[in-house]
Amino acid sequence: MNLHKYEKIWLIFGIGSLALFLVIIGFAAFWKGTHPQSHIETIDPQNVEAHEAFKPENLGLNEEAEGKYTVNIVASAFNYDLGKDENGDRVDTLRIPKGSTVLFQVTTTDVVHGFQIAGTNVNMMVEPGHISRYETVMKNNGEFTIVCNEYCGIGHHLMFGKVEVYE
Amino acid sequence: MKLLTFSKKESTLYMAFMYVTFTSLLVGGLMGLLQTFVRSGKYTLPFGIDYYTILTVHGVILGLVMTTFFIIGFQFSLMGKTVGMTDKQRKAAWWSFWIMLTGTIMASVMVLTGQASVLYTFYAPLRAHPIFYFGLALVIIGSWVAAFINFRQLYLWKKANKGQKSPLLAYMVTINMIMWVIASLGVAVSVLVLFIPWSLGYTATINVLLSRTLFWYFGHPLVYFWLLPAYMAWYAIVPKIIGGKIFSDSLARLSFILLLMFSIPVGFHHQLTEPGIDPTWKFIQVVLTFMVVIPTLMTAFSIFATFEATGRKKGFTTLFGWFRKLPWKDVRFLAPFIGMVAFIPGGAGGIINASHQMNALIHNTIWVTGHFHLTAAMTSVLTFFGITYWLVPHLTGRRLTPKLNKLGIIQSLTWTVGMLIMSTSMHIQGLLGGPRRSNFSEYAGGAQVDTWISYQMAQAIGGSILFIAIILMVYIFIQLAFFAPRGVEEYPIAEEEDDAEPTPKLLENWILWIAITVALILFAYTIPVFEILKHSPPGSPPFDWPIGK
Ligand code: HEM
Ligand SMILES: [Cu+2]
Ligand SMILES: [Cu+2]
Repeated sequence: MNLHKYEKIWLIFGIGSLALFLVIIGFAAFWKGTHPQSHIETIDPQNVEAHEAFKPENLGLNEEAEGKYTVNIVASAFNYDLGKDENGDRVDTLRIPKGSTVLFQVTTTDVVHGFQIAGTNVNMMVEPGHISRYETVMKNNGEFTIVCNEYCGIGHHLMFGKVEVYE
Repeated sequence: MKLLTFSKKESTLYMAFMYVTFTSLLVGGLMGLLQTFVRSGKYTLPFGIDYYTILTVHGVILGLVMTTFFIIGFQFSLMGKTVGMTDKQRKAAWWSFWIMLTGTIMASVMVLTGQASVLYTFYAPLRAHPIFYFGLALVIIGSWVAAFINFRQLYLWKKANKGQKSPLLAYMVTINMIMWVIASLGVAVSVLVLFIPWSLGYTATINVLLSRTLFWYFGHPLVYFWLLPAYMAWYAIVPKIIGGKIFSDSLARLSFILLLMFSIPVGFHHQLTEPGIDPTWKFIQVVLTFMVVIPTLMTAFSIFATFEATGRKKGFTTLFGWFRKLPWKDVRFLAPFIGMVAFIPGGAGGIINASHQMNALIHNTIWVTGHFHLTAAMTSVLTFFGITYWLVPHLTGRRLTPKLNKLGIIQSLTWTVGMLIMSTSMHIQGLLGGPRRSNFSEYAGGAQVDTWISYQMAQAIGGSILFIAIILMVYIFIQLAFFAPRGVEEYPIAEEEDDAEPTPKLLENWILWIAITVALILFAYTIPVFEILKHSPPGSPPFDWPIGK
């Protein structure tokens, strides 16, 4: 089979760019460790409280060390449980100081949900039986909306929360 | 190459698929319009109809029904033209039609009565009515019947024409159907083995991650199943319309083989943000995904080389002079051409979607919806419209009159403008974090959400323009099917150059290509699926109430 001379140039250029691109994402993934979330850890969706992180008292924002936080969230149709405040009222806004490192851990007790903090790279599927985790540094201050971005039923669009990053 | 003529009975068969196609377009398009209205925040659906019911109708009817019926009907006609269809095959083809239609009606009734608001991806553990899953299974089984008829058509032709290479279009149809059968095995297993017993209550729980993995094993090749018929038109039909020849028969075949090999073992790029799948395997499938860049570049080269060669043969020697001389006023050319152009930004968006890390920014945002309206609804569907303009009159013994041609040009441009407005605003809203598959909502309020809603207004404007384009298309279809003046419309299939080099025999070594395809699939899926099974959590019982049952 014969390739036209220009086609050869075109393909060499194209395949070369492709190779370069793959090297870049491979470098980012394996040397810089920027894999998408993939924590192969399972949990019983009917009994998520059995896991330390998802006990009612551990939900929401927990300070682990200076500038280091964990956020534990139980998703269910059509709600994110972000824990309770000192008065025992449900939290609907997570208030996090700017520059802190935050590990988000989310699981679901029923169907598949999404978990995205709009305007950031925190974006994961939340599936029954699995724990989804993503660690990030909150670099920008402002108000960010948490949205469920995977269809979970007729209240899907009513499933949200808020993150406030303050100076 | 000698083209065969269709008997009346054959034409009726092919037209049956077209009737379903354009009925679906009208119904699905209306749903799309209503969706954009609802999302503008200024409109509520009447009679207590739920947003997600119409979204399911839209996704199933346009994404699965309209495309499949058009493609199978068109491909039957391609086979009929190039290798012929026997009476026996025609009767079997009617079976494929009726099985698919029955399945469609079963699934649609369940969706319309609110028993199956699970969207076209029907993710577990949301449970639809069992009849919905049976309906889906029938659609797939019907399409397999069609595939095996196509294989048999080519087989008989080869037997009668020993030693000759198969006609290019018959070859392409065969590749597309091989891909389709291999890919739909995944969803068939998922529906028959996981969903049906579970929805009927014979099994208590379902493995959610496994069902999703099987879905996407099928879901990605599904988009290639839409794209390859458009490629067939670009490679072998558009050249004839512009008065040229096929650029290279061998390269066209090679690109189809590459598409076959690299369309299936890549489903993980839809599951990049999913827990429970090893990131290394995700990365491997990302790499395999990108191999498709190669046949795409080959296709782009061939098409533009044909354009240029044709123009130069007609005597236009300046660098871009040939470009102006393309038949812009012929809708049979214009519609597929716009489709090709739309594939440039569409493909670029696809590279972003499939990238290991960039995906996190846009995963499940309405960017994704913008992306496939650009690729499926613009690239493929507009090319299908371009095909309709000559295929339907050819089948009904009528003519595409200059008036209808002009209306077709208006139709194509309206569709383009509407899609551009809608899909651009979807892309931008997605980059700002706006979620997909969402009824109107102000979420937690605030500045971020306000920006989303303004783009949803723009989508409603785009949607309205699109709906006008749909009405026009359906009108033209009815004219071409029933009212246009009688006459002869050409079935345009391009020939090879006279001095074309012979096509290597190797390209028709089906066993070899299928074996490589299967080997790649086994490589990409065996270990991860084994791991998914080994590390599986307790299964999920069905959930009915979240979908309002
Ligand atoms: C009148 C023209 C159209 C309009 C106004 C329209 C509008 C829309 C809108 C607004 C959505 C997103 C809804 C949401 O995420 O909540 C959507 C989704 C979708 N559209 Fe269209 N669309 C049109 C044509 C098409 C065509 C021709 C196709 C098929 C090739 C198509 C296939 C889809 C699919 C598969 C979805 C995804 C459904 C899902 O995510 O479950 N659309 N459409
Ligand atoms: Cu949700
Ligand atoms: Cu949701």
